[in-house]
Amino acid sequence: MPDQSHVFPKAVDLVVVGGGHAALCAAITARETGARVILLESAPIDMRGGNSRHTRNLRAVHQLPTSTMSGSYLADEFWDDLTRVTDGRTDASLARLMIDESEPLREWLAARGVRFQPALKGTLGLARTNAFFLGGGKALLNALYAHAEAIDVDCRWDAEVCDIQIDQGEVSAVQVKYNATISTIAAGGAVIASGGFQSNTQWMREVWGPAADNFLIRGTPYNTGTMLRCLLDKGMASVGDPTQCHAVAIDARAPKFDGGIVSRLDCVPFGIVVNQVGERFYDEGEDVWPKRYAIWGRLVASQPEQIAYSIIDSKVTENFMPSVYPAIEAPTLAALASAIGVAPDALEETVGEFNRSVIPGSYEPGSLDDCRTLGLEPAKSHWALPIDAPPFFAYPLRPGITFTYLGLRVNENAQVLRVDGTPCGNLFAAGEVMAGNILGQGYCAGIGMTIGGVFGRIAGSSSV
Amino acid sequence: MTSAVIASDRLTEARRVAEICNACRYCEGFCATFPAMTQYRTFDEASLEYLANLCHNCNACYHACQYAPPHEFGVNIPQALAELRADVYEKWAWPGPFARLLERNGLVVSVVTALSLGAIFSLLLYLQDSTAVLSAHDGPGAFYAVIGHGLMVAVASSTFLFSTLALAIGMYRFAQSIDLKPPTWVDLSRAGHDVASMRYLGGHDNDGCNTSDASFSNARRIYHQLAMWGFLLCFAATCVATVYDYVFGLVAPYPFFSIPVLLGTFGGVGLGIGCIGLLVIKHKSDPQPMAASQRGMDYALLVLLLAVSLTGLILLALRETSAMGLLLALHLGVVLAFFLLMPYSKFVHAGYRFVALLKNAQSERLP
Repeated sequence: MPDQSHVFPKAVDLVVVGGGHAALCAAITARETGARVILLESAPIDMRGGNSRHTRNLRAVHQLPTSTMSGSYLADEFWDDLTRVTDGRTDASLARLMIDESEPLREWLAARGVRFQPALKGTLGLARTNAFFLGGGKALLNALYAHAEAIDVDCRWDAEVCDIQIDQGEVSAVQVKYNATISTIAAGGAVIASGGFQSNTQWMREVWGPAADNFLIRGTPYNTGTMLRCLLDKGMASVGDPTQCHAVAIDARAPKFDGGIVSRLDCVPFGIVVNQVGERFYDEGEDVWPKRYAIWGRLVASQPEQIAYSIIDSKVTENFMPSVYPAIEAPTLAALASAIGVAPDALEETVGEFNRSVIPGSYEPGSLDDCRTLGLEPAKSHWALPIDAPPFFAYPLRPGITFTYLGLRVNENAQVLRVDGTPCGNLFAAGEVMAGNILGQGYCAGIGMTIGGVFGRIAGSSSV
Repeated sequence: MTSAVIASDRLTEARRVAEICNACRYCEGFCATFPAMTQYRTFDEASLEYLANLCHNCNACYHACQYAPPHEFGVNIPQALAELRADVYEKWAWPGPFARLLERNGLVVSVVTALSLGAIFSLLLYLQDSTAVLSAHDGPGAFYAVIGHGLMVAVASSTFLFSTLALAIGMYRFAQSIDLKPPTWVDLSRAGHDVASMRYLGGHDNDGCNTSDASFSNARRIYHQLAMWGFLLCFAATCVATVYDYVFGLVAPYPFFSIPVLLGTFGGVGLGIGCIGLLVIKHKSDPQPMAASQRGMDYALLVLLLAVSLTGLILLALRETSAMGLLLALHLGVVLAFFLLMPYSKFVHAGYRFVALLKNAQSERLP
């Protein structure tokens, strides 16, 4: 059979722009009602799936223990968790909808081939609130793509949508670029599920200035925000602050894009973190790491040169998960400082002052212990032990951006709203491109995949 | 490159990918290899060689991996561990100088098989006149009219015993290197159950494993079970026949409805179907997660075992005709080759895998 991948249909009922979890949920839902659906993924087949490739779980309400989730996680608790991390910056009705629909989402996915497993070792704190995908997000994508193709969703790779045509306020067609050739597909509707703009270096620089050049992007390089910009330019309403994003502190040696989970560092609570001038800038032991790691991306982003170093000694090296890049090691603090380009005097002074402020306690790396500093600014509230057992180790940290929160404003049908607040009848959004409706700031582990799945399904069923 | 350099490259690559896996851990639910990996913070040679032999090449992790090629991390666990396994087979082969037989193993298996056949046919030519070989025989002792009982027993038992010893020494040395404690009945029964059910080719919830693409199938598990159980039935047939001969003085060939012939027939059919199935699956498999350097070794054992099965079944079908003499020689030549090659072919994977499963059972029991 000749290769037909460059031939696009003249017209379809629904175009789904994007190829991750949200896009698949939308495409499958619409196709199951009989619509002719084409899914256009800009990445090549091996890299398909956007940031969903790097995920491992979704947050979901459940009343009773399931085969893979312990206890129960009720809607009110989910709501409390969400309002705490966002500090109330969320669209309450959309958030409540997302929470309620998170419960049937798991079953819906399982019925379409997605397999779940109990929480991974080292993530037991999430065993009650999050459903883990067996093998991670790429395995979830493989299952959903297999299902989508089995029910004749027309899935295309290397197909970048470059324009959405809007006539008389409604979507009429999309333009797709494949191998430098642009084709037009007439569309009865469109679901935008093409992610944030974090991989668009130019746009990031507009928002963050030159600091953006020092950010690492944890996920796909294909989320360039083309659709977001296109639709904002065509009069759709935005939601969210362009500087808000999911940003964690990751190993500075990770690749610019796509480093994913293995670039994570869990050492921060067990030592101190200094910037390039050798000064501490935040309480490293404020809370257990899973509850704090998402704030450290922004903290490091505000330091000179957007870099910081976690400094630990040999007492605590076994207290955290191994990471993929080896620690920088030196027999003395001065030598360690030289190795990371910090003035030796400055590091020795910071560590000396820290060590003198540590008050004795009983060290418990797994829980909020009573080892803390006294009279130090900023304080270290837990796991404070003197840094005095050579050799000493440093892990360099940079901001690792997962996805940006600036997005398309939607209603409870996942319809994209115009600047005047009216819905654009046949234009829908799901996933990271509209996550800012729910996440004004902050993050709850696994919520990105819940937003994608829930609003993907809503978009898919509203669109037909 | 010398083989020592290649070996250290393979170890380096296995360590590199294992360190990435250990920082990710998404694959923990697939098989025993990933939970076993989390017991290490650093990977020395022995730990990697243990993990390599615990891996059943089900490929689930390859298809689920966000770091698989073309990602710049290029994580390909099934391939890296398969290549390291080949080094383990060579490293512990006994006697040492024979380890080189495991290199270019497809060629070695072909040459040894040809030499075995040549030897058997030459003996026949030298010891027997052509009338004895080419005429029909029946009744007890028919086989021995072609090839003498004493000679058959002497050649078979000496090669088999030597090969079993060589295999056992290799397994023992590997077990020592990965610090396997003397296994308890619990360890043996768990590892035995893992082998008998081929649990780790069953994937999650018995969905099966990946062969040609990201979809799951139990085909490989089923054909591998047929081959294994078929092989064991053939072996049982030989043992029963030995007891018949030496304890009860019953002389082969035995009637079709006798224990040795029934065991051999079912075993031979299972082995044959299993090998054909595995050859087809291997041929259709996605080459990406496979180790190209292992292909010759993999195919060679399957073809050799298929030849054992087919020549045995044809001999059974035609044993009362004048073709029996030549068919017997052919079958014995192939069986002789298999006996000689047991410790110097892919067959060794069974032993090393069992040792790794014992270690896994032990570490689950003694965390």
